Amino acid sequence: MAELSYRDAVAYGIAQEMRRDPNLVMLGEDIAAAGGVFKTTVGLLDEFGPRRIRDTPISEQAILGAAMGAAMTGIPVIAEIMFSDFLAVCFDIVANEMAKSRYMTGGQMTVPVVVRTANGGGSRFGAQHSQSVENWCMMIPGLKVVAPSNSRDVVGLMAASIRDPDPVVFFEHKSLLATKGEVPEGEIVDELGKATVVREGTDCTIVALALMVPRALAAAERLAGEGISAEVIDLRTLVPLDTQTVLASVAKTNRLYTVEENPRLCGWGAEVASIVGDEAFWDLDGPLVRITTPHIPLPAAEALEDMAIPSVDRIHETITKTLD
Amino acid sequence: MSTEAFEPELMDYSRRQPRLPEPVIEGNDALDIPLDERMEMYRLQQELRQFEKRAYDLFMQNLVKGTSHLSLGMEAVATGFGRALRPDDYSFATYRGHAHTLARGAPMGPVMAELLGRSNGILGGKGGSMHLASVEHGMMGSYAIIGAHLCIANGAGWSAQLRGTEQVAVVFFGDGTTNIGAFHEALNFAKIWELPVVFVCENNLYMEYTPIDLVTAVEHPAADRATAYGLEPILVDGNDADAVYDVAQGVIETARRGEGPSLVEAVTYRHGGHSRADPGKYRPPGEVEAWLDRDPIITYHQRLLRLGVPEGDLTRIAQDVARRVDEATEFAKAGPVPDEGDLMTDMWADGGSAWRN
Repeated sequence: MAELSYRDAVAYGIAQEMRRDPNLVMLGEDIAAAGGVFKTTVGLLDEFGPRRIRDTPISEQAILGAAMGAAMTGIPVIAEIMFSDFLAVCFDIVANEMAKSRYMTGGQMTVPVVVRTANGGGSRFGAQHSQSVENWCMMIPGLKVVAPSNSRDVVGLMAASIRDPDPVVFFEHKSLLATKGEVPEGEIVDELGKATVVREGTDCTIVALALMVPRALAAAERLAGEGISAEVIDLRTLVPLDTQTVLASVAKTNRLYTVEENPRLCGWGAEVASIVGDEAFWDLDGPLVRITTPHIPLPAAEALEDMAIPSVDRIHETITKTLD
Repeated sequence: MSTEAFEPELMDYSRRQPRLPEPVIEGNDALDIPLDERMEMYRLQQELRQFEKRAYDLFMQNLVKGTSHLSLGMEAVATGFGRALRPDDYSFATYRGHAHTLARGAPMGPVMAELLGRSNGILGGKGGSMHLASVEHGMMGSYAIIGAHLCIANGAGWSAQLRGTEQVAVVFFGDGTTNIGAFHEALNFAKIWELPVVFVCENNLYMEYTPIDLVTAVEHPAADRATAYGLEPILVDGNDADAVYDVAQGVIETARRGEGPSLVEAVTYRHGGHSRADPGKYRPPGEVEAWLDRDPIITYHQRLLRLGVPEGDLTRIAQDVARRVDEATEFAKAGPVPDEGDLMTDMWADGGSAWRN
């Protein structure tokens, strides 16, 4: 197939699964007639009709409640929360209800819901429409957390998330929507919990997620010109977490860098660093280094936002300064 | 609320005027409910009453840990709705969910064992008093943070609508829930999608420790909000199982026919405090006594006598229930404590809880 934008890959991936499973439905604000405020659901209403693709009021609790209730009674559901920041207004249902219902009921309930949401910065939207909140969900037992970095993975991980019987929060990065990538012909179904080594190297390991993956790759390219061979891992899913791919890489390169868009405290890299510190301590030749957004609300001004989120320059500079 | 409400003596709620029940409506004797059904409702109310009393006793013996929210005095609501539902309909409750779970037919032994934290509990000890569920009986859970479950019940209704099964979801909640946002989101959503959902407010006059009228903009916390969502205000005597059953049949049929949701406010009273920790001292003198005189089981007993049921038949039902509650207690006490092997199971659908490789 020709190249597909990340934006179009979202609708493409959903359509692949809706054709497969006639029970699968989707709901959210402006997703049907408008095709989504980010145009990630364009064409789905036309193909699948208003019974399966439904617009809702601005009622995030009602949206996720409906998704959960339908899912636990036999209808798999994709729910869209327009901006991931808005998870805060329905986090009771995310964190206390859908995440816990199976465990709390001794396994009586199954909740096959995918919560899709637009995540991340770079759009100059300010502190309430730009956050990277994947760590909010990562810390809740009972949720799976997915954040693809490219068009192909959007399709493969969307299928995996929809077919997974547990609740999945699927983060679509706003600043990747316009990027294009090759999407192979035919059905694509990935497995959750598999990271990808997107560039091989021997001197250090850079672990990244979503928008940070292309930035880490660009930094690695620049480092290569300076004689430093960096291996780049796209984590792809935070829960399940593919620690084996990370540990195997660190065993080879002996250094770990995480590149995280989330603010510093309790970002996913802290967990990755902790695991590597625990389990690969004797493989390490130097400190574990986390490159993150500082612990501040995201500013709106272009210049400030660009300073806050890890850039290619900052990744490159941090590694050259700290790698012996 | 006027500024007078902030005078210290008025903040002592026990010094307010008691809120007294309406008199029993003897005319409800004539409701078109078969005597067999009434006998079943008497039996169910006895089960709920005696189970809850036993749960309280087991708390006092420190066999039940944590907290518990009993439905003593409120049995007619769970009974009237429970009996009106089809076996494949869905129920959703709050943390005050023992009665709603039993009313769908969940067995008393495993429910009691759950309160005791035993592995023969209905949730294997992982949920406890506030999270009772029995999916096989259509009891889709007890939700201990009020509000969300109204939205979740909508989803069950939506699912039934999509599958074309004519199932109905009934969701129970207290008067306090009417002041949280999810209540309003859920009602609007149910109406615009015409979902087969029945919202049942059990108005027991107190949101936890505070009189509901002091914190609510309208007199009837649920019924007075109905018209804002295109619904008919429905108030029912929540201490009369026949009245509840009659209303329940109507609204459930409406939902089943695809004619959309309903909102019912059942006025009732809890005989005890909000939870185990609450002696309920904020209630004015005379109020509890007046409601004890309107005890739904005593008044139902009197109705059945008026309808010609021999006293001995009712005594036998009560005795039979007492025996079954004893058996449930023994079942629970004999249950093993969960072991380490149970701790890490059933977070995921694969039965495990692994989050990394």
